[in-house]
Amino acid sequence: MKEITFFGRGGQGAVVASEILAEAYFRQGFQVQSFPSFGVERRGAPVTAFLRIDKEFIYLRSMIYQAQAALVFAPDIVNSPTFKPSLKPDAMLLMNASDKLENLNGFDVSYIDATSIALECGLGSAAQPLVNTAMLGAFAKVAGDLELDHLLAAVESKAPQKTEKNIAAVKKAYDAVNRFE
Amino acid sequence: MNRVMSGNEAVSQAVKLSRVQVISAYPITPQTSISEKLSEICGSGEMDAKFVKVESEHSAMATLIGASSTGVRTFTATSSQGLALMQELLFWVSGARLPVVMVNVNRAMAAPWTIWCDQTDSVSQRDTGWLQFYCWSNQEILDSVICAFKIAEELLIPCMVCHDGFFISHTHEVIDIPEQEQVDTFLSPRKAEYKLDTSDPRTFSGGTMPNMFMEFRYKVQAAFERAQGVIDQTYKQFAQTFGRDYRAVEAYYADDAEILLIASGSAASTVYHTVRQMRESGRKVGLLRLRQLRPLPVEGVLNHLTNEATIAVIDRNLSPGTGGVFTQELRAALHRNGEDCCIHEFVAGLGGRDITAADIEKICDDLDNKTADPAGINWVGLNR
Repeated sequence: MKEITFFGRGGQGAVVASEILAEAYFRQGFQVQSFPSFGVERRGAPVTAFLRIDKEFIYLRSMIYQAQAALVFAPDIVNSPTFKPSLKPDAMLLMNASDKLENLNGFDVSYIDATSIALECGLGSAAQPLVNTAMLGAFAKVAGDLELDHLLAAVESKAPQKTEKNIAAVKKAYDAVNRFE
Repeated sequence: MNRVMSGNEAVSQAVKLSRVQVISAYPITPQTSISEKLSEICGSGEMDAKFVKVESEHSAMATLIGASSTGVRTFTATSSQGLALMQELLFWVSGARLPVVMVNVNRAMAAPWTIWCDQTDSVSQRDTGWLQFYCWSNQEILDSVICAFKIAEELLIPCMVCHDGFFISHTHEVIDIPEQEQVDTFLSPRKAEYKLDTSDPRTFSGGTMPNMFMEFRYKVQAAFERAQGVIDQTYKQFAQTFGRDYRAVEAYYADDAEILLIASGSAASTVYHTVRQMRESGRKVGLLRLRQLRPLPVEGVLNHLTNEATIAVIDRNLSPGTGGVFTQELRAALHRNGEDCCIHEFVAGLGGRDITAADIEKICDDLDNKTADPAGINWVGLNR
């Protein structure tokens, strides 16, 4: 079983991203279980969402406490005291950032400037860019167990509005993800 | 067809497939996405039903009393404070023998203010004369809602189908959506023998003198006494049509268990996950999953009790002064049946507190080490 956590802020689309990625892995042939962190969502407030994938039906219904992978939509969340303890010490992180971040020793970190890609593709506004599909495109590249076509089909089925812009963001981010190695 | 969807969306699909004719509901977290989706598909014409907008849960149930009395199939959904607001009408529905089906998305009762899951809302309605079912997955909630209409209309007893707020309601997972034709084969349109009809006027539930009232209650009790047979028969037909098999009590690794855990709802799912892990490391732990509180599936429990097993109930609800409701109900029922086994009582996960695999292992450790209190409440993860 693989456990993935999404860290965002209200309005960035982290919960919807967890649902799209669930749909994508389902199309890849996995059993999936996605859920939000059961909070009352407000624009700007920290939002956490979870995704489990496995070959068999998933019976574990607690929250995720030691994720193997994380999509970090809002990079300032890494400074929260609860961030690192919620991940495995060698977890794979995908950061929404244009430059390398400090203090992430031990993690397998990749970077994508999802904010710029979202704005280039016309998703959201400068004050509130909708970065979720760009984050997912980059994740499909680094995850290694998800075909891009399944993600694109999932985006199409889950994003009935601005579908073409979201597809463009996925493809752009898939090609642009950076490890700064 | 397999699809990924939330527990609440599974409810809406089930209601549509069951060809419900009148829906009335008032939004409340975490139920809201059920009434939103139903209102949307009634509005778009995808579903041929009347969605009656109301200003409260009390009015939603009052609307269904009127609608159901005319012989149509009716549905509502609510949670917590909304269910409590309906309470006087819950008695009315069962006393009037109206086969209303309601989904209650389990949410703790305030105060203090909360939107998160526990079962205290529905278990506290156990004396209102409704059948109560508890589900552990999105598939089971869809299947249970479809079955509930058949059971309710056969017994003329209303059905409450419960699933856990957020842990099921907002969780997306893979479920198999049956074809409409399959559901039509299993569930015929409602045929009401007596109904409000201006061409055949009757009075329903009028003032009843003491010389007759007890007989009405006796008949409700008699319906509950034959309910398990109707439920089991419905599951048999359901399995024949859809290939999915249900029982009132589902037993997992129970026969040779040294520790037998009893749980319901989404907590039972995490218990099952943990039991399988513990089995791999050689610990003889089993699970009895209760899918009903009313009628209490006593026979299903008795079938799996052995002298070897230490028994513990995990209750995600609390009746202050007595404890967990499933524990109290089982203790009373087993005593009535001449069983004098000790049932340990664990209260866990109130107000949405997570119930983890580590919590379940700790419960088993406490039972093994005899550090669990055999008489009082064992509080799981409580900060004293």
